[in-house]
Amino acid sequence: MRVELQSVSVQYGDTLAVNDLDLEIGSGERFALMGPSGSGKSTLLRAVAGLEPLEAGTIHIDGTDVTTLPPHRRPVGLMFQEYALFPHMSVVDNVGYGIRMIGGDRRTARDTASRLLDLAGLAGFEDRKPDSLSGGERQRVALLRTLAPEPSLVMLDEPLGSLDLALREDLLAQMRTIVTELGATTLYVTHDRTEAFAFAERLAIMSDGQIVRTGTPQEVWDHPQTMFVARFIGHPNVLTGPAIGLDAAAVTIPPDALTLGETGDLDVSIVDSVFTDGHYEIVAELSNGERLRINSPTPADSGIAHRVSVDLPASQELTAGEL
Amino acid sequence: MDRDSSLLGTSPLGKAGLATIIAIPSAFLLYFFAYPVASITIRGLTTDGSFSFAVIGHVLTDGPLLSVARFTVVQALISTVVTVVVAFPAAWAFARFDFPGKRALRAATLVPFVLPTLVVGSAFLTIAGPNGAIGVDLTGTLFLIVVAHSFYNYAIVVRGVGAYWERIDPHIEDAARTLGASAFTAFRTVTLPLLRPVIASTSALVFLFSFTSFGVVLLLGSLKQTTIEVEIWRQTTAFLRLDIASTLAVLQLIGVGIILAGYGWFQRTTAVQFEHATAPTRRPRKGRERIAVTAALTSMIVILGTPLLVLVIRSFTNPAGGLGIANYQNLVRLPEITAAFVDPIDAIKNSFIVAFMTLAIALVIGGLAAAALTYASRRVARGFDLFVMLPLGTSAVTIGFGFLVALSWPVDLRTSLLLIPIAHALVAIPFVVRTTTPALGSVRHNLREAAAVLGASPWRTWWTIDLKIVTPAVVVAAAFAFAISMGEFGATSFITRPSFPTIPIAIFKLLGKPGAAPFGAAIALSVILMGITGISMFVIDAIGTRASNEL
Repeated sequence: MRVELQSVSVQYGDTLAVNDLDLEIGSGERFALMGPSGSGKSTLLRAVAGLEPLEAGTIHIDGTDVTTLPPHRRPVGLMFQEYALFPHMSVVDNVGYGIRMIGGDRRTARDTASRLLDLAGLAGFEDRKPDSLSGGERQRVALLRTLAPEPSLVMLDEPLGSLDLALREDLLAQMRTIVTELGATTLYVTHDRTEAFAFAERLAIMSDGQIVRTGTPQEVWDHPQTMFVARFIGHPNVLTGPAIGLDAAAVTIPPDALTLGETGDLDVSIVDSVFTDGHYEIVAELSNGERLRINSPTPADSGIAHRVSVDLPASQELTAGEL
Repeated sequence: MDRDSSLLGTSPLGKAGLATIIAIPSAFLLYFFAYPVASITIRGLTTDGSFSFAVIGHVLTDGPLLSVARFTVVQALISTVVTVVVAFPAAWAFARFDFPGKRALRAATLVPFVLPTLVVGSAFLTIAGPNGAIGVDLTGTLFLIVVAHSFYNYAIVVRGVGAYWERIDPHIEDAARTLGASAFTAFRTVTLPLLRPVIASTSALVFLFSFTSFGVVLLLGSLKQTTIEVEIWRQTTAFLRLDIASTLAVLQLIGVGIILAGYGWFQRTTAVQFEHATAPTRRPRKGRERIAVTAALTSMIVILGTPLLVLVIRSFTNPAGGLGIANYQNLVRLPEITAAFVDPIDAIKNSFIVAFMTLAIALVIGGLAAAALTYASRRVARGFDLFVMLPLGTSAVTIGFGFLVALSWPVDLRTSLLLIPIAHALVAIPFVVRTTTPALGSVRHNLREAAAVLGASPWRTWWTIDLKIVTPAVVVAAAFAFAISMGEFGATSFITRPSFPTIPIAIFKLLGKPGAAPFGAAIALSVILMGITGISMFVIDAIGTRASNEL
């Protein structure tokens, strides 16, 4: 159930949405693909599912070349962002659809679907229609529908994208448990760092149709390597080297590595000071306009000039530029 | 004051004014529509003044009449199935893909639908009539009637099914594919069931139009194959059997009622609510997809374009052979050549006179009705709306026949020249109401209040504010009324007088004359009529678009 993409290019409209991309996902791995909108994530998923033809490259699943197979011949499941449930079918028929398609009879499909619905806490929802479900219920039905035929590769396209925050954490944990229990290789697409980090064992960051960074969540966080990645995964302080008197093109500095006081290396003016989680989060502005986030035990008064000292060993050097 | 607080609601016109604008169109429709239809019904169900099933019994046991009824249903059924199947690929292409010229092509699909039936009829005569382009005379065959009906109703399916299909998220089909369904299985198990309500409702419409089709069947059936609609005309004008004609009309009204009820039911049972207003469309991909889209659109262009192209070419083919404008020149000289009792130039003049009279009547009555719908309380408006729309579901022949049967009381109007524009106005009024009501409703109440505060009387407010805002809609409504009148044949064929032919009547008469010259003249006249309707529709499209942009 290993997935290998080699030199994959996909045309979407007039642009190359995926451009000469290589990617390997291990068997049973939970893998997240992150990137800003328009970076080609969804197009890549569609290409792996067989819904978009490749311009170039090959896709192997479990050692089998599936590059030219039509969607229904690929051992791949795809959960769509807006779920794309069949509005004219009951919940149980939605979930059982894939089982029917691989040759299961009506009864097998219904039994399997009912069992899955039970597991997901949706017992009794069998004969409801999708439009009578809440957002969270639809999300789970869509997930179960994708998983029911036991695809070798499960792909989830922004599966929590259209849900409110309160629901997300629960459903994310639930999804993680379910796919781990099934041992399915999973490709999770999101633009949200928290989701990706919470779900994945490994992740990749995509930009302009190419993968710019791959690693475990910790590796990527600790060594983002480029300004783009550091900014995208939400490092609070991504600063250009010259602004803080360093040789490096750019650096990340943890908010805890900055100390506000009367002495220090940098002149700053205070923009904001808010108490949260046991400390003050202070936003300060350097003379060139770049902003710092500082964690401080005491509040800062915007009327007074401040200096900031930097604990340099905690900083991480980055390459400048967009990638 | 609450809008629904009184039965008549609040209006800029006051209660008396509102009562007046409801009363005038109501009186018009009661006398010119309800009364004739009721007269037909009574005549069909009574013998010598007493209620009796005698004539119905006669009709239902009469072999030839029964086979007419059977043929009416059978041809409508086959026409419906063929139209849906033939137009389906184009509906798919319009719903799912972008391609160059999409807007223009979509507008062009409407052309056949707005063409006068006689133009469609003569177009198919130039292809498959005696001396037609294909060399085989197919008139009087079910095949030719079905083909013409499919041509005529193609746009209903492309537009109706296409617009609905556009709203189905394509990811739903993609989901089926990734769950292991082949393209065909995904279509059969997902797309088709989702389209079922719209296929049913458009089928009901196509069935209705084929069921009550008059001009097409009259020309192409050449009286070997007739429908109830044509038979009503024949029983009246050829055999003077008004009793049989009335009974047939009653049976047809019942049929239409059933179809309309079915249509309404299908429309209400739209099984699924879609989240997306319109799903994204894209360019077709290279390979099979592009071939399929190209094939769908090409078939559409061929099906819709060929008859019109052949008609135009035939009009420029001289009776003596060779290309030229002899047919058009003959329009002027025809009375001398054939000693025919129909003068095409007179017919063109008459048609313009009738069309402008229709326009005036339809705008006044329809405009008042639209105002009533806008300003009356919701409860009154709903009932009134249904009443105003009724003529739309009634066949033209029933209207014309009803005039003949009923309008001798209280004064004999049957020989009045006003009858023709009044009959045309009945057909046009629903269109006038449908186009002007939304515009009137869009005039914001505070604009009126502003005008009133500035010292304008209610009538003056209406004149200076409402009317100015609805002007584009009124122009569109006028163009509709004009085009409808120009092409109307079914009702006119009952109430026309030999001394006052309209263009469609002249075409019909010319087609009935032997010889190449009258036939060529009929075709030339058809092309002229097509041009006049085309220009009206162009006005509707241009101004309609501008109006909707402004509002």
